[in-house]
Amino acid sequence: MSAVTVAKKIRLGLWLLLAPLFLWLVLLIILPHFELLAFSLIDPEDQGFTFEFYLEFFQEPLYWRTFLRTAVMSILATILTLVIAFPVAFYIAKMLRGRSKGIVFAMCLIPFWVSELVRTFGWMILLRESGVISNFLQWSGLASGPVELLYTDATIMLGLVYTSMLFMVVPLVSTLDSLDDSYIEAGYDLGGSNWDVMREIIIPHAVPGIVSGCIIVFMLSLGNYLTPVLLGGKDSLWFTEQIYTQFITRFNWEQGSAFGLLLLLLSSLIVWAGLKATGQSFTKTMG
Amino acid sequence: MIPSIKQSKIFNRLYISYLVWFFVFLAAPLIVVGVFAFNDSLFPSFPWQGGTLDWFFSDSGKKIGIFHDSELLGSIGLSIMIAFMATFFAVLVACSNAFLFERYDFPGKSLLYVLMLLPLVIPGVLLGVSILVFSSEIANYFEDYWMIDLEFLRPGITLVVIGQFAFITTISTLIIAARLRKFDRTLEEAALNLGASPFVAVLTITIPYLKPAIIGAAIVCFLMSFENFNTTFMLVGSDAPLTVAMFERLREGSTPVLNAISVLLMLGSGLLAIANISLQKKQQ
Repeated sequence: MSAVTVAKKIRLGLWLLLAPLFLWLVLLIILPHFELLAFSLIDPEDQGFTFEFYLEFFQEPLYWRTFLRTAVMSILATILTLVIAFPVAFYIAKMLRGRSKGIVFAMCLIPFWVSELVRTFGWMILLRESGVISNFLQWSGLASGPVELLYTDATIMLGLVYTSMLFMVVPLVSTLDSLDDSYIEAGYDLGGSNWDVMREIIIPHAVPGIVSGCIIVFMLSLGNYLTPVLLGGKDSLWFTEQIYTQFITRFNWEQGSAFGLLLLLLSSLIVWAGLKATGQSFTKTMG
Repeated sequence: MIPSIKQSKIFNRLYISYLVWFFVFLAAPLIVVGVFAFNDSLFPSFPWQGGTLDWFFSDSGKKIGIFHDSELLGSIGLSIMIAFMATFFAVLVACSNAFLFERYDFPGKSLLYVLMLLPLVIPGVLLGVSILVFSSEIANYFEDYWMIDLEFLRPGITLVVIGQFAFITTISTLIIAARLRKFDRTLEEAALNLGASPFVAVLTITIPYLKPAIIGAAIVCFLMSFENFNTTFMLVGSDAPLTVAMFERLREGSTPVLNAISVLLMLGSGLLAIANISLQKKQQ
């Protein structure tokens, strides 16, 4: 083969491999989102340009309050997940060796192979008025009657933290794994306390893991539908629920599209801010 | 805080008890779901009425076991079919993507890579509605201008497969590309020197090397598709896959048949998880 035919073959291969990627990204990701944008900006009556669906969002307190509430609770859930997961990830990465390390790590992972629906159902059985915890409290004399623990914001928070735990533990364990023990020992040798070593050595090293964990957990909480609906009950008010209502129940696709884009804007903004603040790149964090 | 640095006894005990509570927290909901599948009562709650397998096998009376609940069984079948299709196409495209990103350099590659990662950060609900809107627009166009009814672009099974494919492809691309990156290309060159065409070389040398990653990606994709709710919920038509059917039942008020099906799901995904973990071990 001459150099020209080889080069031609390489080009052909490149195009053949690019085709499915292009079709996938353009047809299923990019164009649908532009369609959403068009829907949210075009008046269905006269096909003219309009901002009314965005104005509606700002004028109706229920909408923007739900939006704000979803954002704040998702951030809170992310912080809580980080605080709860960090000691566990540290123990797995630094205190355990060999076989026991593998087993404990797998114990963290296995619950998350089970459907989110099953896990949420489990929390419902535990927390409802006739549930396991309520029964236990009555039996032990701590409560005189049935206790309803479902349908509060705290329950939603619990559900969100539970569902996203894995996505925090895994990136934390992998970054902490790469921290050499001798750095920690050096910190202590130089007279640092537990707190000093944590703040000066361990946390700075773990930043990439913390950032990618936080981004994934935040996105999962923001986009969650099952947990707020099932654990939060009728007044749970989650923004994805609003989107669902507009699209499926009310068949108001224009309003729903505007809501969808606002959600996308918020999530991109927070992810971007998180990456900027810590100097990480999107590709490295996600890939 | 590492084994070579001694900590006070109290600190160690507190640390261990924290971990124990953490695992109790992780396991508690799964354990109660499992246990109440065997309670001889009409509701998945206390009091304990004695053990029974009715919620699996009973075929009459107030308790219809999962193996006789044709609605739920049908939805399981549907979910399996959807998962197979979504997985098949996702893995196929992922292999192509992996070769593209690992083997070729071209202008705009890093931008494409970022675009490829995007589905990971788009909320599932939004992915679902955007595909719903787009496909309905296309279907409307064909109906209005060409009088052609493209039924598969209306909410239903095909659209669910498309929606799930849209995001699981990213995950399988990452898994397969990671393995391809470790491949020693001299092996391929050896095949080429021995007279194989590039296509044959890839087929006989590279693809077998990628096999564990392909199977691993397929397992992950299958589970992600089978368990997906958010995207699926936006795109379903009249036939409900398992997660949607379970969700509707949960809202109506649950019976232990949901516990029974959860036990089956846990067994199924447990087996797949173990298969995947042992596969990863072999790979190393």
